Amino acid sequence: MTLPGVGTLAAAVVFLPLLATVIAGFFGRAIGDRGSQLVTCGALLASAVLGLLLFRDILSTEEVRVIPLADWIVAGGVDVVWSLRLDTLSGVMIVVVTVVSSMVHVYSIGYMAEDPSIPRFMAYLSLFTFFMLSLVTADNFVQLFFGWEGVGLMSYLLVGFWYDRPSANAAAIKAFLVNRVGDFGFSLGIFAVFVIFGSLDFGTVFGAAPKLVGTTIEFLGWQVDSLTLACILLFIGAMGKSAQIPLHTWLPDAMEGPTPVSALIHAATMVTAGVFMVARLSPLFEYAPTALAVVGIIGGTTAVFAASIGMVQPDIKKVVAYSTCSQLGYMFAAAGVSAYGAAIFHLFTHAFFKGLLFLCCGSVIHAMGGEQDMRRMGGLWRKVPITYLTMWIGALSLSALPFFSGYYSKDTILEAAWGSGTAVGRYAWVLGTVAAFMTAFYISRVMFMTFHGEPRADAETMHHAHESPWVMLIPLIVLAIGATFFGFLGYDFFVGDDRVEFWKSSILVLPQLDSLAAAESVPAVVRYMPLIFALIGISVAYVLYIADPGLPVRLATQFRATYLFLLNKWYFDELYDWVFVRTAFVLGDGLWKSGDGAVIDGLGPDGVAAVTRDLARQASRLQTGYLYHYAFAMMIGLVAIVTWYLFPR
Amino acid sequence: MAIGLSHYLTVAAVLFTLGIFGIFLNRKNVIIMLMSIELMLLAVSINFVAFSVFLDNLVGQVFAMFVLTVAAAEAAIGLAILVVYFRNRGTIRVEDINMMKG
Amino acid sequence: MILQAILFYIFAAIAIASGVLVVSARNPVHSVLFLILAFFNAAVLFILIGAEFLAMIVVIVYVGAVAVLFLFVVMMLNIDFLQLRSGFVGYLPIGALVGLILLAELIFCAGSWLAAPGAPGPGIASATGGVALTNTHALGNILYTRYLFAFQAAGLILLVAMVGAIVLTLRQRADVRRQSISAQLARTRAQSVEIIKVPVGSGG
Repeated sequence: MTLPGVGTLAAAVVFLPLLATVIAGFFGRAIGDRGSQLVTCGALLASAVLGLLLFRDILSTEEVRVIPLADWIVAGGVDVVWSLRLDTLSGVMIVVVTVVSSMVHVYSIGYMAEDPSIPRFMAYLSLFTFFMLSLVTADNFVQLFFGWEGVGLMSYLLVGFWYDRPSANAAAIKAFLVNRVGDFGFSLGIFAVFVIFGSLDFGTVFGAAPKLVGTTIEFLGWQVDSLTLACILLFIGAMGKSAQIPLHTWLPDAMEGPTPVSALIHAATMVTAGVFMVARLSPLFEYAPTALAVVGIIGGTTAVFAASIGMVQPDIKKVVAYSTCSQLGYMFAAAGVSAYGAAIFHLFTHAFFKGLLFLCCGSVIHAMGGEQDMRRMGGLWRKVPITYLTMWIGALSLSALPFFSGYYSKDTILEAAWGSGTAVGRYAWVLGTVAAFMTAFYISRVMFMTFHGEPRADAETMHHAHESPWVMLIPLIVLAIGATFFGFLGYDFFVGDDRVEFWKSSILVLPQLDSLAAAESVPAVVRYMPLIFALIGISVAYVLYIADPGLPVRLATQFRATYLFLLNKWYFDELYDWVFVRTAFVLGDGLWKSGDGAVIDGLGPDGVAAVTRDLARQASRLQTGYLYHYAFAMMIGLVAIVTWYLFPR
Repeated sequence: MAIGLSHYLTVAAVLFTLGIFGIFLNRKNVIIMLMSIELMLLAVSINFVAFSVFLDNLVGQVFAMFVLTVAAAEAAIGLAILVVYFRNRGTIRVEDINMMKG
Repeated sequence: MILQAILFYIFAAIAIASGVLVVSARNPVHSVLFLILAFFNAAVLFILIGAEFLAMIVVIVYVGAVAVLFLFVVMMLNIDFLQLRSGFVGYLPIGALVGLILLAELIFCAGSWLAAPGAPGPGIASATGGVALTNTHALGNILYTRYLFAFQAAGLILLVAMVGAIVLTLRQRADVRRQSISAQLARTRAQSVEIIKVPVGSGG
């Protein structure tokens, strides 16, 4: 089923970024900074345009196409083929990834203009894009895992891009390690899938899933439902990659990386890989209701948890990072009630408005000469008008105000949650609505603190504050267009009446679990509650930061314990440090000094060497240098031999 | 008592032992050591000749002649070394010859 | 027979006594002289047993060459005769013990060999290999025929020893002027004659 045209098109979309990486990465010094920028941006823009063409082709084709590229593993029962899966879900993701990535590439030309390692940065961005694309076009678990690990690696490299900063290095390692914990679960999930299904190919696994409902498998001595086990293990991987509780601790620290990196990786694409994975595996998850419940509960909890922390953070990027964490919670909550279309729809709109918000943060930081603390900003709106405008678009979209795209996606999620009628759904709706209040509050807080009021920075910084160059503004504008219009443009297709023809067979929703259908008929109170909460949130922020600027400090002093609890991220980092990190260090230290050093080295090389040295020292005392000693020794030997031969045994 | 092979062999044995004593019991100088070696070679020659006579085979005496030859050559070289050593070190006291101390 | 026994014992005793004194004499010249005495007595023992050629060779080579060489060196090195050190006494017990063990074993070997059956009876057998020849004649018969190779090899050994001794001890003394014939014959005109233009009236 391979058409030469679409196969080449798809391969071009996926591999152009890789080509750009190779050129910029290996020949960056030869072609210079400008050359690397041109090569990578050109390749990414071409990939984006081709991606849109590919998406149009996918929409007009009925069946799912798999384009095999090359055999990878053919060993025993494992048969893995490099291939590109072309269906609506991968098409949507390709559009998201290539468009946002190309915008971030263009933006980076301006943002990183004074950085000494431009070719390396551009090469990393392009390589990341390649890994993400191979993740979303994967047709089997191993290729998915390849892309998964690849984006994790690029996250490490890009967060630690300024590797001479110890905080950046620590953050990069933290990101990689916490991801690793998730990836361990993911790997176990893949093994479970192989044991249960005997194959790692999506087509085979999805086809066999309905027949294996109710079977059990032995795990750590217990008999557990096999599909539930596989799905929960796979979801642990998603928890790590998408920063859900309890594997969320790495995301705020990942803000050590440059802002374009935060926009691309930690807002639009990498962190959404977990949501994508759950949607992609919907044929499995639909048959594991317990796993879906877990997904929904964790999603809802994370949504409110992260939003609560975001309300009090002083660093502008950290607020947006917690916002990402919270919005991902929304997406998982949607997946948990089988509203995969809503989850992907929110992923789609979120990529645009969150990417926009991050790039605007970058623009503000650029204008303020590197300052990231909002307590030292204020009164900027006249200085950076375009940034101000586009950032308001992103903020309103995030707060889910009508007409902006976030409204269409986020409120659909909450309606579907209520409409599903399950306890998990109701739980997710309650938490989601509370989080809507918090979301509107914190992003309005950011806007008011950064752009309005009296300037809190010194006169020098304010004097130098200037609008960003056009190479940085154009991506902002493009993303703002997406954040505004793609909501109501895409509503019908993603979650509305046309959703079945849109998604075709890329997502499976069992009829009895179809919460999107039920979302049509929720009561009006339920439908409009999140909007009301959002408006309340904006008003509260206005009161606190425009009307009465001294109020926040008074509130913080009054409710000091709560304030500190939120400010310190619910003390998760401290808890992990005490339970895991300290234990690991003690264990490592013990094994190193006592185990490795004293026992293995002591009995092995060091011990043997010491014994040899001692023996040699003892033996060398025989070499006195006196000839008559030697002659005496010879004679003793002679006498011994003669004696031995003389007396028969 | 008739003098037999054993008597000669005993004499040779005693001389050999004396030579060995001379090597490691002497604390004076290296010349004594060389002379002790000559004593040992002499003892060996006596042994050879005694056996040759008592076994009616002249090989022993031929060999004793060669022993003599080699002993002479070895004494010459040994003394030459000693002379050169004395030129370099100025002493042939046994206790001072410990440069091979390991 | 009895005379032979007495002579044997006398010369054996003197030989052993000289051996002891070689090792323990204080004056190294005395040691050399006692070595010479030991050699002589061994030669006499050889004569008693019938190997007179070897006895004379021992006297000529050992005494005449080797011992005299020792004497030369002892006198050339101008060694002070030293007192016995205490270390001598310290080593004595263990050394004596080991030496006595060796001696006992050697004697045991000799005795047991003789006690074995098939050994020839006591008495001095012929020193000429059972043929009525002088010792010298008999040795000459086999030395230059059957053992020619070993004889030549012994000669080579002596040659090597001679060359080695010269190589070791030869030294060029800087303050002695020697002739170098080859250098003299290779002299060129440029090395020997130099024309100097002397102005008229100067020089002398």
